Amino acid sequence: MLQLQAGWDLKSDPLLRRPRKQDMLTQTIDRQNLANSEKVMPRRESEPVSQVKTEYSNETIWMLAVRDNRDRDAFAALFDHFAPRLKGFIIKGGVSPQQAEEIVQDVMLTIWRKADMFDPHRAQVSAWIYQIARNRRIDIARKENRPMPEALKEEPELEPDASQILGLEQETTQLKQALASLKPEQREVIEKAYLGELTHQEISTQTGLPLGTIKSRIRLGLQRLRHELKDLTQ
Amino acid sequence: MSAITHHVPDAILAAYAAGSLPQAFAVAVASHVSLCAHCRAALEAHQAVGGVILEDTKAVAVSASLKDSILAQLDAPFTPEPVYERNGIFPGPVMEMMQGRAPRWKKLGMGVRQDILSADAHGSVRLLYIPPGQAVPDHSHNGLEMTLVLQGSFSDETGRFGVGDLEIADETVEHTPVADPGAACVCLAATDAKLRFNALVPRLLQPLFRI
Ligand SMILES: [Zn+2]
Repeated sequence: MLQLQAGWDLKSDPLLRRPRKQDMLTQTIDRQNLANSEKVMPRRESEPVSQVKTEYSNETIWMLAVRDNRDRDAFAALFDHFAPRLKGFIIKGGVSPQQAEEIVQDVMLTIWRKADMFDPHRAQVSAWIYQIARNRRIDIARKENRPMPEALKEEPELEPDASQILGLEQETTQLKQALASLKPEQREVIEKAYLGELTHQEISTQTGLPLGTIKSRIRLGLQRLRHELKDLTQ
Repeated sequence: MSAITHHVPDAILAAYAAGSLPQAFAVAVASHVSLCAHCRAALEAHQAVGGVILEDTKAVAVSASLKDSILAQLDAPFTPEPVYERNGIFPGPVMEMMQGRAPRWKKLGMGVRQDILSADAHGSVRLLYIPPGQAVPDHSHNGLEMTLVLQGSFSDETGRFGVGDLEIADETVEHTPVADPGAACVCLAATDAKLRFNALVPRLLQPLFRI
């Protein structure tokens, strides 16, 4: 779950009030030992809540720092991670490198401006940015806004549910593995579909879509939604 | 919400997520998703796939100046796009198409009314108002059509469609939807072809009505 990105200097990370991965693992083991020793000798665990938080992916931590604290260093970190990928992604979609950079700029500014729309319970940072990138691409290509579903209204003071956020990260890791295990030809079709190069008729005739994985993700997404909607109506 | 039984097929949802769905259908899909938790979850799953593809994309170096240029713009003033809320039976994306106004109904005869929200060579989006027992103006044999029920219900050879249900029909489906008894049926109809009626209005009058 914790993906340390190459090139990211941990020591200079202003957000890094969390242990390194190795420390974290040993701490987890220590906690288990503590739990076992409790039977013999009751002991108080230290900081069990912040322990959970340390496992968010870097992208989630950066995005939350941008959303909640308007943290520019975190935004710069998001830029370093996503801008080159976005550029590659947009060029793959058939856009010239120069125009691709304009779209990257648009997308990055939108991330900053609409950060309050980011909800880690519902979307991974990459999924959220993907959606913004698709919108900007359409807005520019068609010169009209892409119709978007109504945003879900949420209780603003609702406490973040770390287990839900981590659960979503875990699912995404599984999705990533499922996509990585596809045959190259299948993988290519998926890429084309999600780059927007296939029509819906073409997508419906493709058999390579990892529908099983998507379906399980939908089930979990529905559980989360019901949970959230229940909170709203109470 | 739980009563919705006709959903967006996966391929269409994937195309919507990827931005390759024609604009008229994107309005219908965004409107259905606004009303349907099931399809919202499904859409989020497709966006998660897109996110993984984005994460795995080979990075292409950006110009040295891009980062500073963006960082310098973070404080620049900007006008947020207006957000259109749901109003009565009309979901946000429909309100956006109407730019917040109420429908401007035009009579089509037999009590049927319509409001064309957009129409060009790539397709059209319009609202239809159909009194109970009347046939829904049918524009099949002409590309794909999506009909989203916003009020009341209609039935045809393929089943019954209530509020939130999305019917998708192509030229292979010869159907005659009829509004059910009770409240008048109001629906959003989107097509990717130039509009054409089989009934109600003679072909000659079509240019006049832009249908
Ligand atoms: Zn649905």
